Amino acid sequence: MTEALAPTRRRSRRPPLVLVVLAILGLAVFVIPLLGLLARTPWRDLPTLLAGDVVIDALRLSVITSLGATAISAVLGVPLAWMLARVEFPGRSIVRGLVLLPLVIPPVVGGAALLFALGRRGLIGEPLNRATGLVLPFSTWGAVIAVTFVAMPFLVITVEGALRNLDPRFEGAAATLGAGRWTVLRRVTFPMVGPSLVAGLVLTWARAFGEFGATITFAGNLEGRTQTLPLAVFIALESDRDTAVALSLIMVAISLTVLVVLRERWWKTP
Amino acid sequence: MVEDTVSRGQGLDAHLLLSRGEGFTLDVPISIAPGYTVALLGPNGAGKSTVVAALAGLLPLDDGHITLDGRTLDDPERDVLVPPEDRRVGVVFQEYVLFPHLTAAQNIEFGLRSSKVSRAAIHEQSVQWLDRFGLDGLADRKPRALSGGESQRVALARALITEPDLLLLDEPLAALDATTRVHLRRTLADHLDRFPGARLLITHDPTEALLLADEIHVIEDGTITQVGKPDDIRLRPRTSYIADLAGSNLIRGTADKGIVTAGSHRLHIADTHIAGSVLAAIHPRAIVIDRHRSDGSPRNTWETTVIRIEHYGDRVRLQTGDPILLTAEITPDALHALEIDEGSVVWISIKATEINVETD
Repeated sequence: MTEALAPTRRRSRRPPLVLVVLAILGLAVFVIPLLGLLARTPWRDLPTLLAGDVVIDALRLSVITSLGATAISAVLGVPLAWMLARVEFPGRSIVRGLVLLPLVIPPVVGGAALLFALGRRGLIGEPLNRATGLVLPFSTWGAVIAVTFVAMPFLVITVEGALRNLDPRFEGAAATLGAGRWTVLRRVTFPMVGPSLVAGLVLTWARAFGEFGATITFAGNLEGRTQTLPLAVFIALESDRDTAVALSLIMVAISLTVLVVLRERWWKTP
Repeated sequence: MVEDTVSRGQGLDAHLLLSRGEGFTLDVPISIAPGYTVALLGPNGAGKSTVVAALAGLLPLDDGHITLDGRTLDDPERDVLVPPEDRRVGVVFQEYVLFPHLTAAQNIEFGLRSSKVSRAAIHEQSVQWLDRFGLDGLADRKPRALSGGESQRVALARALITEPDLLLLDEPLAALDATTRVHLRRTLADHLDRFPGARLLITHDPTEALLLADEIHVIEDGTITQVGKPDDIRLRPRTSYIADLAGSNLIRGTADKGIVTAGSHRLHIADTHIAGSVLAAIHPRAIVIDRHRSDGSPRNTWETTVIRIEHYGDRVRLQTGDPILLTAEITPDALHALEIDEGSVVWISIKATEINVETD
């Protein structure tokens, strides 16, 4: 009996071969394009390429728009997530659908919609322009808005999920100990969803950093004003392959570093 | 005594009326004087947690009122609803609900941080409370690194440090294993004795209610079915449910080598290792009643008189007299066949294995 059992048990410690093979193939889907990129990288010219004005401008704009979108998402997305998780209001499921929409519609469609709403002749854009003289499309602010539109859902769903999973008794306990609503939020709710909040911010930033479609549709492709790294890559692919590769490489490097270092660190502890 | 003090506006005076979907209605009148412990005893789903939520301010009443030390906390008719943070009601939650991101000391200090107490004073107080609850070495531990008993003490200190007027304890011992529970029941009793306010103990465990409370309110399906001193509840249960739940015989005594001595009487028990002060529990159905001395094996057998007979539907409870007052349960058929009346002389026998003994 024991003899029959022993080999079975030992073999079961190793993951099934079929799963391992399929998992490796799955990984290959992600890794092979990166290898292609690395193989095509002009390593020797890389420093010169990366120091070019186009690259520096695009990198600066990408950093500004992605961090700007993340900041706006934090300020507006967290309250939205809190409302969705904690307040029962009519049409809540519709609101949740609206929030998730940017995740599934093509960013180009989002960009076009933004243009119709906030463009110079848009629904809100026209009165806004008349009142303040502000023109959003084809401006850096426009790029920030386009990027926010696409990236904020990541923050909202992550934080909403965390708030829903938070046992409401913790907030109740804090209240019985004399903490008012703001104190409860500050000392219990936010610290307890903190890890998810950070994970959501990182995801939001990463999505914002890589945004292309909505930005180019709504904000255009103006060097030094709205041309972020992804847009610069797209343009460079037509004219200057080496620069395109160099731009792609720094995007991958920055994104991967942030995802691995920040996200991994916070994701695990709930 | 209880009513005297409450009428002077001290302690808790409440009538909780609430309906919560699916036809469940809560109708619980409850008064507790400062320094007294009332136990709310009932099965799961009877509405005990709703009582905690309503008193703590986490759930508003539909009707009725809550008054604590003369302050109205909830009164829908007068449109008064005091939020939880202003109620001065301390809660030891079921499973304690300690803040996982704070250390034991920070958990205990939480209530003081919400008030306008200086940092130095907070620190001084928390050191005192940690010391009082035997937690001084554990100040910097996070809740996940605390044992059940340690968590319970942190939860108790956290609730008491704000000096509430009413302390709610929601199943404070349920999260503990059996051995720890017996030990902590005693330390809990000590800590409760030192707390000057009114105390409400929520529990489904009759032993806990019988040992810790001055008065027991039995709750069944949202309503109070009996109120009384622990002995009243135990010896004169009003419904068959209470009889089942709380109607056990509890005998305090001293154990040594398989014998429990209670007063002048000696009970044989199965556990020969237990020693010292003990609590022996005998279920009423484990007591065999006969008109003659039985010639079977039971080690515990004696002659006594039936003092009272009470009928509960398909069951009959007999209360027997000296040397040990006991409640026994038999069927109406058996009562008839044995021709027992109040005053009848009967023989009682109890198998040693039917006596549950635990350290008191």
